[in-house]
Amino acid sequence: METVTPQHFLILASLLFAVGFLGVVIRRNILLVLMSLELMLNGINVALVAFSRSGANMDGSLFVFFIMTVAAAEVSLGLALLVAFYKKRKSIFSEGMSLLGN
Amino acid sequence: MSMVDFLFYVFATLSVGGGLLMVLSRHPVPAALFMIVSLVGVAALFVLLEAFFLAILQVLVYAGAVMVLFLFIIMLLDVGPQGGKAARIKLFSLVSGILLVGMLVVVLVELSQAPDTSVVDPSTSWPELAEEATANEYNLTFSPSSKSFGFGLLAKYMLPLQVSGFLLLAAMVGVIILSKKFSNTDPEEG
Repeated sequence: METVTPQHFLILASLLFAVGFLGVVIRRNILLVLMSLELMLNGINVALVAFSRSGANMDGSLFVFFIMTVAAAEVSLGLALLVAFYKKRKSIFSEGMSLLGN
Repeated sequence: MSMVDFLFYVFATLSVGGGLLMVLSRHPVPAALFMIVSLVGVAALFVLLEAFFLAILQVLVYAGAVMVLFLFIIMLLDVGPQGGKAARIKLFSLVSGILLVGMLVVVLVELSQAPDTSVVDPSTSWPELAEEATANEYNLTFSPSSKSFGFGLLAKYMLPLQVSGFLLLAAMVGVIILSKKFSNTDPEEG
């Protein structure tokens, strides 16, 4: 690799994180919010692997493994909660989740 | 421009563009397909960073299992015609989201151009990898082989590995309890 430096990868990681954050803020469909959360975690993973490679240290790559595990658990639980929510409210949009506010 | 640079820009465009199309698409099914494009782009970036095991894991876990789960739930909860109206993005949330993301990008770019105090200078080139990884239990050097990955997981990160296995077990039990139908415990339950 000649001209692509770790900085390029870090800027890309922050762009991925920002796009995922945009999705979390503007979408009301909870499925899309969960997908955007996955995108944010992917941005973190890219940054971790770039640091791990540029520092010639394995720890960052191992952390990516744990982040993937936690993300899989988070998605499965989130989708199960979404199905339970849909059973009660017949909706998957976040404005239906206002029971505590009333 | 070398081949690696060209591939970096191709896959960076693929991952960020796929993510952007995912965020802005109206229907959940194309959103999930754009998400798969973005995840495969990230896996290719892992290959460029010589983390081959993580690239395989990314394709298997994310693009395979997680997105199939998403598509399955999308088909299960067919939201019907009222989904189209409610799926539109409110102007207020769009404006506030773009403002928030703009501030986030400004902070991140400022941080990436801050004077460097770390051991590793991010704007220099990549270090050469040793032919044989000289790893002991507390100093793991980066190597593309999955052998060193397994050594790191089972030697230095033994306890976190077991905790993450327990986390997966707890998530599985939670999902089963959440989707189980309890009869006559709660009259509101369907």
